[in-house]
Amino acid sequence: MNLQTETRNDIVVIYVKEERLDAHNSGELKIEVQRIFEEGKKNVLIDLKDVRFIDSSGLGALVSGFKNAISHQGILKLSSLQSQVRSMFELTRLHRVFEIFSSTAEALDNF
Amino acid sequence: MDKNEIEVDIKVPNQTRYLSLIGRIGEDIAKELVKYTGDRETLAYHLNLVLTEAMVNAIKHANTSDPDKMVHIVINICEDDLTIKVYDFGQGFDINTIPVPNFEELEDRGRGIYMIKSLMDSVSYRKVCDGNVLEMKKRLQ
Repeated sequence: MNLQTETRNDIVVIYVKEERLDAHNSGELKIEVQRIFEEGKKNVLIDLKDVRFIDSSGLGALVSGFKNAISHQGILKLSSLQSQVRSMFELTRLHRVFEIFSSTAEALDNF
Repeated sequence: MDKNEIEVDIKVPNQTRYLSLIGRIGEDIAKELVKYTGDRETLAYHLNLVLTEAMVNAIKHANTSDPDKMVHIVINICEDDLTIKVYDFGQGFDINTIPVPNFEELEDRGRGIYMIKSLMDSVSYRKVCDGNVLEMKKRLQ
């Protein structure tokens, strides 16, 4: 899975450089987020700008990351969701769980 | 077979690497439907999703993750009726015992069948010879 990570103002930004976040690749994102929180980082932003398709496993990996954040007293936020991807968050009510921002910059301003 | 009927019959190995192939076929079908007047992009996404979820279900729950088994998928469109059948060759499960997800509790899993049921008009899972079939129907209007 192609993940690009950078740190900006103590916030780890993970750019998911994949068209699909699904049962085939979402396990790797789950492990990466877990690793970042276990390293002691507190603030994580996952940017989904390139993700055109997400399934229940992709959503599950993000939920896992959210729970990891809570258990490590950290914060996980999302940015740059495409409209069809956002509609899957709405279908599963997860838009009420995550803080979702329209751009990376807006998310970085709100940590 | 009616001259306006489309039927796609495909078998792929029991591996998640083929999810994008199957999903893309669903998207392409949505974009080629002659008479469909609704939002094609949304229909394309929904077909991609239900095919992906059904195939993952077959791989993980029914074929017990045996990579040597195949998943068999039949997509049929006749007039305004879309039917997708996903066959597996495993032990199967009872679809009626799968609960609606509890939206107040944050579980990693358990949303796939709910998403299929939300996007299709009818969903059934039953035994056939050698295995089971997940059948999903939608009226295209």
